[in-house]
Amino acid sequence: MPPKPVTLSGVHFMNGDEAVAEGAIAAGCTFFAAYPITPQSEIAERMARRLPQIGGMFIQMEDELAAMAAVVGAAWGGVKAMTATSGPGFSLMMENLGLAIMTETPCVLANVQRGAPSTGLPTLVGQGDMMQARWGSHGHYEIIALAPASPQEAFDLTVKAFALSERFRVPVLVMTDEVVGHMYERVEIPEEVPIAPRRKPQVPPEEFLPYKPDEDLVPPMACAGEGYRIHVTGLTHDERGYPAMDAEAHDRLVRRLVEKILRYREEYTFWEEVGLEDAEVAIVSYGISARVAHGAMELARKKGLKVGLLRLITCWPFPDEIVRKVAEKVAGLVVVEINLGQIAREVERVACGRAPVVGVYHAGGRIHTPEEVLSGIEEVLKDAG
Amino acid sequence: MPNVKVLAKRQEAQVRFTAGHSLCAGCAESMIVRTVLNSIEAPVVVASPTGCLEVSTSRYPTSAWNVPWIHSAFENAAATIAGVEAAYRALVRKGKIKKKIRFVVFGGDGGTYDIGLQALSGALERGHDFLYVVLNNEAYMNTGVQRSSATPRGASATTSPAGKAIPGKPQDRKNLTEIVAAHGVPYVAQASVSNLIDLANKVERAMSYQGPKLINVLSTCFLGWRTRRDSAVTMAKLAVDTCYWPLYEVVEGVYKVNYKPKEKLPIEEWLKPQGRFRHLFKSEEGKKLIAELQAAVDRHWEELLRKERCTQGE
Repeated sequence: MPPKPVTLSGVHFMNGDEAVAEGAIAAGCTFFAAYPITPQSEIAERMARRLPQIGGMFIQMEDELAAMAAVVGAAWGGVKAMTATSGPGFSLMMENLGLAIMTETPCVLANVQRGAPSTGLPTLVGQGDMMQARWGSHGHYEIIALAPASPQEAFDLTVKAFALSERFRVPVLVMTDEVVGHMYERVEIPEEVPIAPRRKPQVPPEEFLPYKPDEDLVPPMACAGEGYRIHVTGLTHDERGYPAMDAEAHDRLVRRLVEKILRYREEYTFWEEVGLEDAEVAIVSYGISARVAHGAMELARKKGLKVGLLRLITCWPFPDEIVRKVAEKVAGLVVVEINLGQIAREVERVACGRAPVVGVYHAGGRIHTPEEVLSGIEEVLKDAG
Repeated sequence: MPNVKVLAKRQEAQVRFTAGHSLCAGCAESMIVRTVLNSIEAPVVVASPTGCLEVSTSRYPTSAWNVPWIHSAFENAAATIAGVEAAYRALVRKGKIKKKIRFVVFGGDGGTYDIGLQALSGALERGHDFLYVVLNNEAYMNTGVQRSSATPRGASATTSPAGKAIPGKPQDRKNLTEIVAAHGVPYVAQASVSNLIDLANKVERAMSYQGPKLINVLSTCFLGWRTRRDSAVTMAKLAVDTCYWPLYEVVEGVYKVNYKPKEKLPIEEWLKPQGRFRHLFKSEEGKKLIAELQAAVDRHWEELLRKERCTQGE
């Protein structure tokens, strides 16, 4: 029997969790550290099988604190590294996520969201970690979060997540959910996936400053063993990497960490617009909820209601301009999400009174029905008079 | 010391852990939990971290717990019971509670050996008065048989799958019983679902001490071990008879081996019926690993006997 190819290509039938794992492998990930948690375990189990086949390393850690810390360590060891978890584990990863932000460590974290708070609904869907994705670690920072709505997109966005993490030297979150994670669909894997390079120092070791940014505010990254002196710390540091305990250095650093992301929105802001051309009402949604919203939009269209859909693929940084443009031309906005209003707050902030915002919420445990979303549409139309 | 009659009588008097839970038919955990609870006379408060026992006994709107029961997160049952016990002490000090109440944790190996070890160590060091019972089925069975640090070397689990690259889990299991003993707590023991009277005796002895106590109980999981559904007791007995899982206790630093098999069975006897070790019997490498497992069992058994001799002052 010929050996099985280590890199998959072609058409496959797989679930969203497996697609995340395959996306990571296609993107060049060779290190995965994780801890068992439902509904993420399929990612870890797939990685446990697949990484040894390609000479990569899978480590099951003793908890999620350790998993995220190992990812930071592995990235500084010079490889593309990833972890995946769900709600309770996401909470435990928060401190080390902040470490990755402060140390500008490229890495990817997938969160297969389930019902929460606390242990919540381990086997059932939720989208309640969206604000935690934004602000979960302490301090002020920017982070990139992508929300796939299908196994195919779970694959595609995991590949993108690795590219963006290298481009900006920032952890990138793949905010998937239990339904996308466990849903089996067609996933097409291209023959070749470009591997995002890590930006390397262009100066000799004696001139190298590990946190001196290039013009685009992102510093080149030398890893352990490459001949450059590096000093990695979560303390506020100067360009040499040494701790700098003063307000000016802190303000300079935190502003740069924020600005290096915000300046390049067009590079990572992804979205999909359906039927917005003539829409009087726009549904704003993401992840699995956007697929239900799509069904609701079709129901509404059949009833003669002019409804469109704005599906957010990038949730953080919030795509202010995209949402604002939609808010300017519709009579009302309907936000559909499996929490009691998280992304809706952002939509309200951006709409800023231009159009009323109605939330169609569910706390978790199931996805919406299109009919529920439809009643939200009818409500906003009534309000808009 | 409790015998079958005493245990049965207590079970009749108050059913502390009821039937109707959703643990797998053939799971060892309910036998262990019931034996432990029936071996304690005083009222008890129980804490459980996330795990098989927790999800199977507390699904709304039912509960198998006829005693006060608190579910913590995954990593913190020992810290949670520490809080409960400290609150109890405060209320006793203020004279608001008069009766003696005992505190018990039932945690799995994942929630104890791995993510819960820090909380456990903290509670042991602070000296809270509680009994921690480990339902050790040697992997994360609740989430689908992922390896834990209690999983034996060579076992195939979903995150240590046996294949060309690795022959099952490459690392040795952690010796939690000895880690706990090293904390210098008054009572530590290993027990097995195959020897329930021994377990009952250990619980009673443990409860005669103030302070932290731990009993590490081997709990067969037919699903994860890939054995017959009716093998909970026989598999655990083989673990004891091969000295893979010695029954012993450390009472105030003194070791006592509670059961010394007349004929120590070879480790294959325990490995062979388990699907998770099947691959070991199919290759030369696997057979070499079995020999190494045997050597490790022998070494630990001899070491245990030496510890017994030394600490008993012979």
